[in-house]
Amino acid sequence: MGSMLQYPFIQNALLSGSCIAVVGALTGYFLLSRGLTFAGHALPNIGFAGAAGAVLVGVKPVYGMFVFTVLASFGIRALGKNVRDRDVSIGVLMSFALGLGLLFLDLYSGYAQRVYAILFGTILGISRSDVLVTGISTLAVVAFILLLYRPLLFATFDPAVAEARGVPVGLIATALLVVVAVTVSLSIQVMGAILVFTLLVGPAATAIRLTRRPSTSLLLAAALGVAYVWGGITLAVASGDLPVSFFVASIAFAVYLPVRLLTAGRAETRRGAPPAHAH
Amino acid sequence: MHLLGSEIFQNAFLAGTIVALVAAPVGYFLVLRAHAFAGEALKDIGFAGATGAVLLGISSIVGMVAVSLVAAIGLGFLSRRMRGRDVEVGMVLSFALGLGVLFLSIWSHSSAAHASAGVNILFGSMLSIGRSDLLVALGGAVLVAATLAVIYRPLLFASIDPAVAEARGVPTRLLSMAFMLLLGITTASSVLVVGVLLVAALLVAPAAAAANFTRSPRGAILVAALISVGATWIGLALAFVPLGRHLPVGFTISALSAIAYLVSAALGRGGLRVGLPLHPSREVGQTEALPD
Repeated sequence: MGSMLQYPFIQNALLSGSCIAVVGALTGYFLLSRGLTFAGHALPNIGFAGAAGAVLVGVKPVYGMFVFTVLASFGIRALGKNVRDRDVSIGVLMSFALGLGLLFLDLYSGYAQRVYAILFGTILGISRSDVLVTGISTLAVVAFILLLYRPLLFATFDPAVAEARGVPVGLIATALLVVVAVTVSLSIQVMGAILVFTLLVGPAATAIRLTRRPSTSLLLAAALGVAYVWGGITLAVASGDLPVSFFVASIAFAVYLPVRLLTAGRAETRRGAPPAHAH
Repeated sequence: MHLLGSEIFQNAFLAGTIVALVAAPVGYFLVLRAHAFAGEALKDIGFAGATGAVLLGISSIVGMVAVSLVAAIGLGFLSRRMRGRDVEVGMVLSFALGLGVLFLSIWSHSSAAHASAGVNILFGSMLSIGRSDLLVALGGAVLVAATLAVIYRPLLFASIDPAVAEARGVPTRLLSMAFMLLLGITTASSVLVVGVLLVAALLVAPAAAAANFTRSPRGAILVAALISVGATWIGLALAFVPLGRHLPVGFTISALSAIAYLVSAALGRGGLRVGLPLHPSREVGQTEALPD
């Protein structure tokens, strides 16, 4: 561990990884509480098309991801009125975007390695400027959540009453998806498009099981997220060149499973029930 | 067109048609039962199976079918209470994807040929479908079609109104399980054509588009089959003409079925909604196509 920290690329990976773990866990909490798990799975895959398009035109993948995921989050908001339609339109948007990504990479010669780097993630080649972009975006996401904390919770747990009291529920829902889109775009380099989902769902799913107070859940999720990513990067470096995302997914699952089994009795009330005792 | 006589083309054409035909009815029930996310989980678990099998030197479709069937039984147990289980499904899905990523990265690191073969698992490669893959797809399709023909009415009833169906003595739990198994087989064969990542292009999009066009279940299944077979044939045809050589089949299929869905959503009355027969308890199986 000590000697590992000497390498600049590992320092960069850990810095970048900690940032994305925090934003992933925070936005993931709201995503899960709103029943938007599938959107969390689809947005990274949609981002894959953006990354592939960016590679084709010679821009940094993260900018292509920004464009595609933000557009897709507007699309998801516009297409899905109820859960059934939303799942279907998310599925269709996702497969179309993946097809587009395939086309872009096919046009770009020598594509197999690129496909793997974007889909599976790679901690090699994260530069200081990447860390800077990630850090600044993380601060923006955290500021967004802190500033809108109360209305965000209100609109998440009791949208009908929130709307009646004048909270702009629709605007908040769109803003949240845009924040998720930004988070996803930042996370792809470390986690890869296929498993950014783990970062959104893993820590939050465990935290929601362990505590009902939103503020405690959010802090716990962020702490778990950082622990998973550090664990994943350490194991990935120790293993040679296996992907970080596999280790993060395994750790997340290994922590979630016992927690889920031990808290089985209290499952039914967690979603949609506003934590009445939250102060 | 001497290409039409080549074995590569024949295998691709036959497998593509078979898979598209089976995907239509299974996809229709998937949309009707609002299991799009479960379908997603099933194929991601199958992905771990496919890549694990390849690592062991077994055919990827065999691994995918085997693991999908086991996962289907697990999801079948859950499925009556599937709604609101997104988080649990999501966690299993994420772990399965992690395993798939691990297997595929170990395998693809071993040689450049393996690396591009891995991309074929992810995105499909109709032009490398062999005779044995074709036979597996055909066997699966016959099994799925025969089972669906037998359970069509009760499955439709249970999908549209599970509470009433159960009250009338329809074995909804058994049907959920059976449907999940059919879905597992169909997903695994779809991977031959469009790869793990694009399965929704054959399963979900054509069926969702068809359900927007007509409320009659049989009509919707027919329209879904037309869309999926049409998209597959056009995708394959384009890959064989010089102009379209750079258009991967998976891209063409996913783009055409997404367009079909968007058009259906724009034209369908009442915007985006999955068409349901109006009075399921009376009209199951005999609903007329409503003028839409």
